[in-house]
Amino acid sequence: MNRRRFLPVLPILTLLAMLGPVAAGLWGTVLPAFGHLPAAGLAGPSLDPFRDLFNWPGLPRAVMLSLSTGVLATGISLAIVVLVTAGWSGTRPFRALERLLSPLLSVPHAAAAFGLAFLIAPSGWLSRLVSPGLTGWARPPDILIVQDSWGLTMTAGLIIKEVPFLLLITLAALGQADAQRSTTIAQALGYGRVTGWLKTVFPRVYAQIRPPVYVVLAYSMSVVDVAVILGPNTPPPLSVQIVKWMSDPDLAMRLEAAAGALLQLGLVVGALLLWRIGEVVVASLGRRWIAKGSRGRFDAVVAQTALVAGGFSAVIVLLGLVVLTIWSFAGFWGFPDAFPDGWTLRNWMRFGPGTLEALGETALIAGTVALVALILTIGCLEAEYRYGLSFSQRAVWLLYLPLLIPQTAFLPGLQTLMLNMGADVGRLPVMLAHLVFVLPYVFLSLADPFRAWDTRMGTIAAALRASPDGVLWRVRLPMLLRPILTALAVGLAVSVGQYLPTLLIGGGRVATLTTEAVALASGGDRRAIAVYGLMQTGAALVPFALALLLPALVWRNRRGLRHG
Amino acid sequence: MDKGLALRDVTITKGGVPLLSVSHAIAPGEVLTVMGPSGVGKSTLLAFITGTLAGDFLATGEVWLDGQNITHAAPHQRRVGILFQDDLLFPHLSVGANLAFGLQPGGSAEARKAKVDEALEEVGLSGFAARDPATLSGGQKARVALMRMLLSEPCGLLLDEPFSRLDAELRAQVREMVFDRARARALPVLMVTHDAEDAQAAGGVIVTLGD
Repeated sequence: MNRRRFLPVLPILTLLAMLGPVAAGLWGTVLPAFGHLPAAGLAGPSLDPFRDLFNWPGLPRAVMLSLSTGVLATGISLAIVVLVTAGWSGTRPFRALERLLSPLLSVPHAAAAFGLAFLIAPSGWLSRLVSPGLTGWARPPDILIVQDSWGLTMTAGLIIKEVPFLLLITLAALGQADAQRSTTIAQALGYGRVTGWLKTVFPRVYAQIRPPVYVVLAYSMSVVDVAVILGPNTPPPLSVQIVKWMSDPDLAMRLEAAAGALLQLGLVVGALLLWRIGEVVVASLGRRWIAKGSRGRFDAVVAQTALVAGGFSAVIVLLGLVVLTIWSFAGFWGFPDAFPDGWTLRNWMRFGPGTLEALGETALIAGTVALVALILTIGCLEAEYRYGLSFSQRAVWLLYLPLLIPQTAFLPGLQTLMLNMGADVGRLPVMLAHLVFVLPYVFLSLADPFRAWDTRMGTIAAALRASPDGVLWRVRLPMLLRPILTALAVGLAVSVGQYLPTLLIGGGRVATLTTEAVALASGGDRRAIAVYGLMQTGAALVPFALALLLPALVWRNRRGLRHG
Repeated sequence: MDKGLALRDVTITKGGVPLLSVSHAIAPGEVLTVMGPSGVGKSTLLAFITGTLAGDFLATGEVWLDGQNITHAAPHQRRVGILFQDDLLFPHLSVGANLAFGLQPGGSAEARKAKVDEALEEVGLSGFAARDPATLSGGQKARVALMRMLLSEPCGLLLDEPFSRLDAELRAQVREMVFDRARARALPVLMVTHDAEDAQAAGGVIVTLGD
């Protein structure tokens, strides 16, 4: 009885949890950006913060870095995913790649970035493997690879993480695009695999994956943890500089940070608009290309190249995890030896207790946030089903909104707002901030399977006199155990990987595996980084393994649920 | 008291376009067959009676069951049983647990288990209680689905193309079993189908929609 009044409130509560902090944070950014910061005894409005910002000599470079890394990372990972899918979907190499990439989705960005750095640095594993044999190097060459001033390594670090994400999203969209039959028809008309797919299936698929592509663009332009690890230092990308200003003991620097945050927001909005225009241009060129009737002469080459690129991006992440593992057990490891002189547990003994403490904090935050997100999500979806509500395409964009607004644009504002109100930083606000990013992913992960459930099961159960709550608890949720646990694992992984909300909203006092690992980046202690990076990866990966294992175990005697 | 299932001036429209109109009383143990090609809204009529009509449909008229107006009752309080063309056994429950789901609450664990076993025996499936429903044959699943529905002691039975997934031989067998059980329990039955043979076998009044 109680529930009946509770359930309709859940969708509103969910929207509030997702968009409330974003709106509050933007408000909290706008005020100091125009010189209003009562906590520092400053009252606006003034344009001084923007004047200071534009006087910062690093600004043009920082802005360029934000744009170039974002657009390049998004464009290249999208191209790889689209061409691999065009050339190979439904084949055995494609399934192999898919199986390789899906677990990589949950590897946190920071861990993947560290792995990449340990691989390709002048003193990295790749250099060690071929030295001195091929290169003649007896000491690491003096070249800047990691943290290169063009941000190319940072772009690569983003690509290897966005490829699995976009591939999974594309796979989900393929199911609704009737891809198989369209490709068959195109091929029967003499079109090559890639050309036929691009001309018939891609427009439909892209319409579906457009929101996540925008998320990738917004994220890549404003990411902080990957930029701290792989990005240039002098000057850093704009987002990193904003965080630096925020952590300056001089409160007045927050004004400049807020102005920078608004600039970052403007940059992302501008880039999204540019991307949208690019879509229109590509569509019109594409129509002309289709009208020409060319069958695709270079399909084989394009498909091969794309597969190699996709495979390469997966292998890089995997090798990165391998080299992290080696470093975590490494004794003395001098250059240019391919492997350490000795193996030891000392690194784990030394950093183990610290990681365990951080793991506890991480698990507490991630567990609470993921569970709350799951409850809200199920509540929304169940309310939608019971009251016959339907969400329009516009409402779907609401889900993506918190992911499209750069974290650096509203989290500093949220922190400043809390400071002004005298609210305490700490664990609970961090959880609320995580919820903003965890909720959309949990919802997007669970919505399709929840809605795809055969509602005749509900009709039957009601005809057997089960109440609506009874249907939910006794039939629907048990049948959906696997997607529910997967959604929970997604939520845990997203929370585990959060860097900026933990750092800013936690006021530096909430130490999770991610904040600790990223904080080690500047120190360059590879053994410590390796241990923290692996723990972070484990914290995100283990729940996924359990989400696969548990339903298989619970339903081991239920063939009807084995492939659901 | 008026035993049976009565549809009083039921009209269903979608977006202002009338789909169907039915006014008919079904006496206990009788079968009303509603025929018509697919897409004419036969299943929509059943959804109206079970109380699960989708929001984009509009229905007027009343449904009376055993002298009670159930038009606005909650789906789980209508005491209307339904069988679909798919067995829709709950895949996460054993055969026995599926039957127990239908059984009304109350009684000792042993008494409930005895009722489940009895139901299984009635359809020749003794000893199947612990089985995974997915391992049953099509005919066996249909029988379990029927007994599950009957254990919930419905006052009326709806059949939505119930035999169309079964092959010819099995079809006659299952059909006979369903009608026999319904008659034995004096249930009013409303069947929608597009199959003339099913309609003939039902032996009751046939209403054809969509002419």
